[in-house]
Amino acid sequence: MLGKLTWQAIPWHEPPAMAASAFIILGILGILILITRKGWWGYLWNEWLTSVDHKRIGVMYVLLALVLLVRGFSDAIMMRTQLAMAAGNAPGYLPPEHYDQIFTAHGTIMIFFMAMPFVIGLMNFVVPLQLGVRDVAFPVLNSVSFWLTAAGALLVNVSLVVGEFARTGGLSYPPLSELAFSPGVGVDYYLWALQISGLGTLLAGINMVTTILKLRAPGMTYMRMPVFVWTALCSSMMIVAAFPILTATFGMLLLDRYAGMHFFTTDGGGNFMMYVNLIWAWGHPEVYILALPGFGIFSEVIATFSGKQLFGYRSMVLATLAICVLSNMVWLHHFFTMGAGADVNAVFGIMSMIIAIPTGVKLFNWLFTMFRGRIRFEVPVLWTIGFMVTFVLGGLTGVLLAVPPADFQLHNSLFLVAHFHNVIIGAVLFGLMAGYYYWFPKAFGFTLHRGLGVVSFWCWFIGFYLAFFPLYAVGLLGATRRMQHYADLSWQPYMIVAEVGAVVIMCGIIATILQLVISIRTRESRRDLTGDPWEGRTLEWATASPPPAYNFARLPTVESLDAFWVMKQRHTGNTSNVYPAIEMPRNSANGFLTAFFAVVIGFSLVWHIWWLVVLGLAGAAVILVSFGWRERVPVEVSGEQLAADEAAWRGAGVPG
Amino acid sequence: MLLAAAGWAGLCHAEGVLDPQGPIAAAERTLLLNATAIMLVVVIPVMVLTVAFAWWYRASNTRATYAPDWSHSGRIEFVVWSIPAMVVILLAAVAWGSAHLLDPARALSSDQKPVRIEVVSLDWKWLFIYPDLGIATLNQITVPEGTPIEFMLTSTNVMNAFWVPQLGSMIYTMPGMTTHLNLLATNAGDFAGFSSNFSGDGFSDMRFTVHSLPAAGFHSWLEVARGEAALDGEAYSRLAQSGTDVSLRTYGQVTPGLFDRIERDSIGLSAQTMGH
Amino acid sequence: MSAEAGLAALPAAEPLRSRSGAGPAPVRIVVGYGFWIFLLSDIILFSALFATYAVQQGQTAGGPSAHQLFGLRNAGIETLALLFSSYTCGLAIVAMEQRRMSAFYLCFALTFVLGATFLGLELTEFAGFVARGAGPTRSGFLSAFFSLVGLHGAHVTVGLLWLIFLVAQTAYRGPLDYVRRRLLCFSLFWHALDIIWVGLLTMVYLMGAR
Repeated sequence: MLGKLTWQAIPWHEPPAMAASAFIILGILGILILITRKGWWGYLWNEWLTSVDHKRIGVMYVLLALVLLVRGFSDAIMMRTQLAMAAGNAPGYLPPEHYDQIFTAHGTIMIFFMAMPFVIGLMNFVVPLQLGVRDVAFPVLNSVSFWLTAAGALLVNVSLVVGEFARTGGLSYPPLSELAFSPGVGVDYYLWALQISGLGTLLAGINMVTTILKLRAPGMTYMRMPVFVWTALCSSMMIVAAFPILTATFGMLLLDRYAGMHFFTTDGGGNFMMYVNLIWAWGHPEVYILALPGFGIFSEVIATFSGKQLFGYRSMVLATLAICVLSNMVWLHHFFTMGAGADVNAVFGIMSMIIAIPTGVKLFNWLFTMFRGRIRFEVPVLWTIGFMVTFVLGGLTGVLLAVPPADFQLHNSLFLVAHFHNVIIGAVLFGLMAGYYYWFPKAFGFTLHRGLGVVSFWCWFIGFYLAFFPLYAVGLLGATRRMQHYADLSWQPYMIVAEVGAVVIMCGIIATILQLVISIRTRESRRDLTGDPWEGRTLEWATASPPPAYNFARLPTVESLDAFWVMKQRHTGNTSNVYPAIEMPRNSANGFLTAFFAVVIGFSLVWHIWWLVVLGLAGAAVILVSFGWRERVPVEVSGEQLAADEAAWRGAGVPG
Repeated sequence: MLLAAAGWAGLCHAEGVLDPQGPIAAAERTLLLNATAIMLVVVIPVMVLTVAFAWWYRASNTRATYAPDWSHSGRIEFVVWSIPAMVVILLAAVAWGSAHLLDPARALSSDQKPVRIEVVSLDWKWLFIYPDLGIATLNQITVPEGTPIEFMLTSTNVMNAFWVPQLGSMIYTMPGMTTHLNLLATNAGDFAGFSSNFSGDGFSDMRFTVHSLPAAGFHSWLEVARGEAALDGEAYSRLAQSGTDVSLRTYGQVTPGLFDRIERDSIGLSAQTMGH
Repeated sequence: MSAEAGLAALPAAEPLRSRSGAGPAPVRIVVGYGFWIFLLSDIILFSALFATYAVQQGQTAGGPSAHQLFGLRNAGIETLALLFSSYTCGLAIVAMEQRRMSAFYLCFALTFVLGATFLGLELTEFAGFVARGAGPTRSGFLSAFFSLVGLHGAHVTVGLLWLIFLVAQTAYRGPLDYVRRRLLCFSLFWHALDIIWVGLLTMVYLMGAR
């Protein structure tokens, strides 16, 4: 009746899992009760859950990411604590069955449910504004994409309470992830959660590519697009190219597990080396999908706060496109030690080094943007400078690892772990934190508390070095990744320093949370009335903070790069008070309902509750058909309304 | 800063990748240090310039030139594309050469006849079979110093990896196929060996030791080893089933062709026989 | 979001030299373009399976091989059915643009019948293999075959269901703008499936039966 699901699925006899489950359940219950008592359900449903506004969807993506950051980080600090304790073969406090789930969950959550939603959320919020248009190409699809991602995140967290998560490492290599060696539901949770959110991500990528290529304000040619838009375009093109590979690969593993097929099994003609190739053919572009928008954010930030145009715009565009293409040609460097032979290894090693060239060019261009600028040390600039010094070190170790014989000694060691955290935290996390602070006033109409932003930065910066540089060292001593305990006592001091680093980073995360709470409470003192708190250069600053649903009463006419800056210099802007009426899309429950059925389908597939799968699919089909069948009635915004909104905003003293 | 110094000091005096005990590991260490040095020539100035520019061009510094519309210079672009390109060309040449020279399957040149060892990774222990000497060991390898060791590696069920940092390169072990690795221990000593690919709950216990002995010592060890119990089919099945096993054992006789049989049969072996 | 508002904001003065600066594209183009990008992603999905098939085509695990299983006659009839259905689909779209509605319904009916024929033949072939002990669980080669060809068949199935929906919507609402946009997307989808089938025919059937 309920497939494999029994009461034993709940971890009654495992205190850490029960504690974490209780925490999550109480937290969710608390929030639901709060919303009910304050009567916010109507507002939430009408203004957020069914919204198809790219700005609202962007904010929800970022909120999802911040929540999952806390979850992913809890996994991290649990791992660090275990390793600080488990020296000399001491058992530590986390037995292997738990430890293995925790490091798998950490990687899965941080990449798929923290970094990806954060990046997609910022792209969603900013790109249409920077392009000077009203929304993305497919607003309802945008909502569906977000909710599918949230559905995947929910499934991963449900696995904590009901059942278990995968114990195979973040990318679940077979044969270990095959049914024979992972008979539990953990790998199934992993696969279905990622298939569902992967679909959402793919749709978001298609949406963004179409938006950037087909929907821009009049006059915005390709070479007048902001650099962040270029990076969003390349990142989205890579999503379109890479995510289908992930879907196919996970699909094949699912067929092995559910239908007894032999794609990656050790018997019957399966070939698990194929999985390794396919998963990294996705996996390498994935890291650039995350890093490129981070680079884009740094470009915007450094230009704005240096009061100077970004140095070498064409070069930046060329470098971004080069990275986009090259990132699809390097995947084998993730498994030099699988024995492909010297020629193959050498070619891929060299290709991997070649990617360092456009990346280095970008770094120099940022340097020369600062040169002869007038730099204001706002919080995003701190993140940018922190990134520049940190990322070069990560890049150095990356080029090191690209030399196959060097990799033969460093692969899968903690040196590797330190390298990829070095580049990801440097480029992606620092970039996202910079973007978060930079665009927050645009989204909500008030700036974030500056002091806590500075505290958060320094905690992250110092904490990062404390947490990861010892890992470089101990990796050189022979420490491999994913170990739950180790024999050599001389490694313990390094692990303890790493633990201290993790605690310092935790203070940074707490500072960010405090910053949000305090900023909301004291928002009146930091209102952004002009829409342009940073003396911005691009079009998102050319409208109110927060922008009206339709973004611009009249789409701006773009005459150059850094369109808004030029408009301010030349005092060009609105000359007429007459606005033609516009049409905006209506809200839709489609996204939310699709995700609801996705969760039902995913959960019942995990537990083999076949009748519920059928019901879920039927429900999803009904939603799809009814959405397709409905009459489409857009919302009209009259010219008078537009004029009134503009007058209210400009009356606050905004230069035309 | 202090921590970094302490860490570095600890690193220099400890065992591991930076303490090579064989020519492969030595070559790899040289590679690591040279490549790092080459890149630091670019990386350190960039880091210094970043901080320097940020400091000098801060808004409150009125002495600094402010050129808000200067955003292009062909000359700078040329340099900026060339520097990384030149570093990459240099390192690419190094990568090509070293990838071929240090390919794991490449036999080491020596006037000594190589010792051949067949490696099997099980869950969760290491079995080492010496096909030419007719013995086998569990979780430990004994080799004569200065002699090339030719490893043939396979796995019984999941992917694993064989790694002795002080001797050099690691290589994956995979069911149903054989990988090849060639190493050499220059001097006598004991070197730590690890599994470096996650294989399940007992992964952290998959350690082994490499004992490198002088030639005479190796022969006496061999004499003693030959007296130990045999590794026949039954003993092997027990070994394959028992879960984590960190004991150190020596087997005086081995069923001939055991390694080939393991490699062939692992294609059909399921978790049940492996005792998961 | 409205193209008209965007175009109205253009200064009437000089025409833009570059088409990329012409402002937001009309909805019809945006929808078609987005759907094309989706089709490209779908083709990449298929290429991952093509690659797997290429690697595993020899992995018969002692079971039946391509040479023993594939019948070119069946594949040939399937190909004719699918290609003709693409032709009738194209005719239907032309009829739609010219508002010749009876021709439209007829051509799409033919498209459906031909597509269903293709599907029927393919399912029969699959059932035959399974009955001979050559199902997808027999070997890596057969897993790859069934998933690659099966995924294409699944796309055809979804296409047929989509076709029914669209024809029903056209009958009920008439050839409105958004209905015609969707029919255009459908025809792109259907033609793309043809392209993939040609690849399948070549790599799986023709090369396998050799």
